Amino acid sequence: MNKFGERLKNGIITENPTFVQILGMCPTLAVTTSAINGLGMGLSTTVILIMSNLMIAMLRKVIPNRIRIPAYIVIIASFVTIVDFLLQAYLPELSESLGGYIKLIVVNCIILGRAEAYASKNPVAASAFDGLGMGLGFTIGLTAIGMVRELIGAGTFFGMTIPGYQPIGIFVLSPGAFLVMAFLIAFLNSRRRKSGKAAVSDTICRTEDCMHCSNTSCGGRFYDFDGETDMVGRLAEKQKQEKDTKSGQSQDGEVKQHE
Amino acid sequence: MNEWKMISSSPHVRHEDSTSSIMLDVLIALLPASIIGVNNFGFPAFLLILICIAACVGTEWLFQYLTKRTITIGDFSAVVTGLLLALNLPPSLPWWMAVLGSVFAILVVKQLFGGIGQNFMNPALAARCFLLLSFSKAMTTFSYDAVTTATPLALLKSGESVDVFRMFMGSTAGTIGETSAAALLIGGIYLIVKRVIDIRIPLAYIGSFSVCILLYSLIGRGEIDLTFLAAHLCGGGLMLGAIFMATDYVTSPITPKGRLIYGVILGILTFVLRSPWNPTLAAEGVSYSILCGNLLVPIIERFTVPKSFGKGAEKLE
Repeated sequence: MNKFGERLKNGIITENPTFVQILGMCPTLAVTTSAINGLGMGLSTTVILIMSNLMIAMLRKVIPNRIRIPAYIVIIASFVTIVDFLLQAYLPELSESLGGYIKLIVVNCIILGRAEAYASKNPVAASAFDGLGMGLGFTIGLTAIGMVRELIGAGTFFGMTIPGYQPIGIFVLSPGAFLVMAFLIAFLNSRRRKSGKAAVSDTICRTEDCMHCSNTSCGGRFYDFDGETDMVGRLAEKQKQEKDTKSGQSQDGEVKQHE
Repeated sequence: MNEWKMISSSPHVRHEDSTSSIMLDVLIALLPASIIGVNNFGFPAFLLILICIAACVGTEWLFQYLTKRTITIGDFSAVVTGLLLALNLPPSLPWWMAVLGSVFAILVVKQLFGGIGQNFMNPALAARCFLLLSFSKAMTTFSYDAVTTATPLALLKSGESVDVFRMFMGSTAGTIGETSAAALLIGGIYLIVKRVIDIRIPLAYIGSFSVCILLYSLIGRGEIDLTFLAAHLCGGGLMLGAIFMATDYVTSPITPKGRLIYGVILGILTFVLRSPWNPTLAAEGVSYSILCGNLLVPIIERFTVPKSFGKGAEKLE
């Protein structure tokens, strides 16, 4: 049970797909014009994430390694189709406003990323909880962005109009998505920095080597990909290791530093 | 005295110009346009200019005070941003929208990217576009002599005739600072004579724009229509943009060849965005084209780096 709780916390806070991993930007920036759209998109993705993680974890010993990506895509696409039809049948309004973005969940890199990074190597139940955690993290991210954009840009809160407020229209247009996203990440980063953790941009290696990595803010300080630890939070781990070796050598020095 | 200790790294050539003296020159050059604007639109325009300047300087001071940085409001760059923003606003704009634009210009576009010298696009123009996208109705309602009317460019686009001389002198509807081409040209000549701005950018900008307009009138109507050209040159924000916005030091190329390329790109972009052939599109296009040009500056500079002395010669086998 503890492991499942850890998976949930990992998805919602430690490795939040929107604010920490910065994955799935296409739906994040495009559909968050209102809180309800963000919530709908997030929950649809969550359902698909849980189901595909479940299925892939079940089939992880059957799928040959060399064709695993096409196999994952087929599984994900099946669930996306099911969710798309369900939305069209039971929530036509939401389906209308999300448009083609529901179908685009097939190529959402969070889902493929979790399949590749977690579900293909871990047991079924843990994978399902990993999907749930990631999905909820994504939902929270999208709803938060959607809420801020709707509030400032349209003057409504989940559709309820706020009287006497003149909306600032740019926030429901695409520049507003980038602005809100940037401010929310900056806010969370400042919180992380204050609590002694590294900011998000310092800790993400996007690929296995610096040459092909799109993240330049680490300045190349952070390349030691060993394939075992997760991509995010490695700096914290490294610092911890350094601290352990240091404290093994001289505990007195440590105490003095803290004073 | 150990004089050898005075050896330092570059820059070795120094000049008495400072940021504040250059910004003061820009302020002086903007005076004629501001006076004409206040004369045209009365007290509200004057108030809007004051509000924008105060909000810009205030935001810069507050941000630097709160984040414990060096306070740089003494270099007048925030004053220039505020004045330029005000000159880009319609005189009837509510004051709080102007304050919001000023805060956006200084806080988001300038300070969050590192303060003076680090902004990736012109703060005043970015704020104008921010307001244009947010409050499109308030930003495109123009009046002259208390009568709400379309700007000369919009009239021109809908096929009506315009009085080019009045456009040149500035007695037409528009934003506070853009109406009078004459006043802007006086400011521009002052800046060029004082060597504050390089003539290459405005020349390439206005030149390439004129060529586009002339080609358009030649192909579209079969004759070179000089009145049409003059109306396009005096109308909209072209003069204000070409002289004061496109030449912003931070967001324009530093290489001479790059400046010409930059100007030509701006001219073509402005022509395309004004699109005289399509009456359903907006009549203005200077703000967006300069912002697009700003984003291209790093690429332009990368490809126009001058060759260092001694490099680039033919290699001997």
